[in-house]
Amino acid sequence: MSAYKDEDPRVTRIKRSIRVVPDFPKPGIMFQDITTLLLDPQAFKDTVDMFVERYKDKNISVVAARAGEDRNPTLEFPITESLAGIEARGFIFGPPIALATGAKFVPLRKPKKLPGEVISEEYILEYGRDCLQMHVGAVKAGERALVVDDLIATGGTLCAAMNLLERVGAHVVECACVIELPDLKGRERLNGKPLYVLVESH
Amino acid sequence: MATGDASDPRIAGIAKSIRVIPDFPKPGILFQDITTLLLHTKAFRDTIDLFVERYQGKGISVVAGVEARGFIFGPPIALAIGAKFVPMRKPNKLPGPVIAEEYSLEYGTDKMEMHEGAVEAGEKVLVIDDLIATGGTLGAAIRLLGRVGAHVVECACVIELPELKGRDRLGDTPLFVLVSSA
Repeated sequence: MSAYKDEDPRVTRIKRSIRVVPDFPKPGIMFQDITTLLLDPQAFKDTVDMFVERYKDKNISVVAARAGEDRNPTLEFPITESLAGIEARGFIFGPPIALATGAKFVPLRKPKKLPGEVISEEYILEYGRDCLQMHVGAVKAGERALVVDDLIATGGTLCAAMNLLERVGAHVVECACVIELPDLKGRERLNGKPLYVLVESH
Repeated sequence: MATGDASDPRIAGIAKSIRVIPDFPKPGILFQDITTLLLHTKAFRDTIDLFVERYQGKGISVVAGVEARGFIFGPPIALAIGAKFVPMRKPNKLPGPVIAEEYSLEYGTDKMEMHEGAVEAGEKVLVIDDLIATGGTLGAAIRLLGRVGAHVVECACVIELPELKGRDRLGDTPLFVLVSSA
């Protein structure tokens, strides 16, 4: 499901505000830089509003998002693909959505960042493994959760995030991303879980 | 340095929602864990409200958030006051041209980066992080912003560890915190 296809007028400004940086972090990669979206208060507000409008009456009690601060591009993306968002910034979009919908915000992080007891989900990428952690007790069985990220590429990390939530008995209602790279078919890796995006980038 | 008005009933709820984890990341350190604050919807809402009440209508056009927990509190404040959000990051994370500022750690140094062109000369800036300890990273953020001619109006943190005297590393920039943890 894509807001882009619904032709919401706000999407044009959002898409235009995203800067593409060629050859970052290495030659051949077209990096989708959302920091320029954050420099446009109207576009940032519209982004959050579109997600909030969609989720505010869905009884979501948890918004979970990754910091992605140590995401290793060579592990996740095929070198030949044009792509984006190596540094996912779910931390930026998740909290405003959580605040506006009255949900808790749960950060999902790389190992050694969360100070308390954690559960871990290891996941396989094209070349190697990675690991995502969540605090024990942050999410309870039966809670309805939304997973937010700035971008979906192959879907590997979103899948890991969903697994973490489902392992504690939460129900993942949907995954929500600002940008989708549909050529990488991440949508198909979500085990039938719905995905909502604002912008597609080929 | 200002602390949130202790008589404001919201402060107690915020303070109580912060979990202290001993011996993280290493023995002897009491880690102030704000993830539990984020699980209490009222405490999280109150935290943001207290900052927004202080900073709205002051002509602040930039909220600069320090990676990574500054990214949790900064954007909601920026959205509420109509400011840009500018992430201040560890090296090699930001694509495109950046400017960098080095700062000292207990052992060695680290660097903070900001995008060139994100902040313009003359803009009024709020710097936000979850916690101020020694003030090293906040000091670096202030210097970076000063180098592009911006004016840092204040640094704002949820928590201060006053014994580490971070306030003294901020130069003339005032500091505002909600909770002081001695």
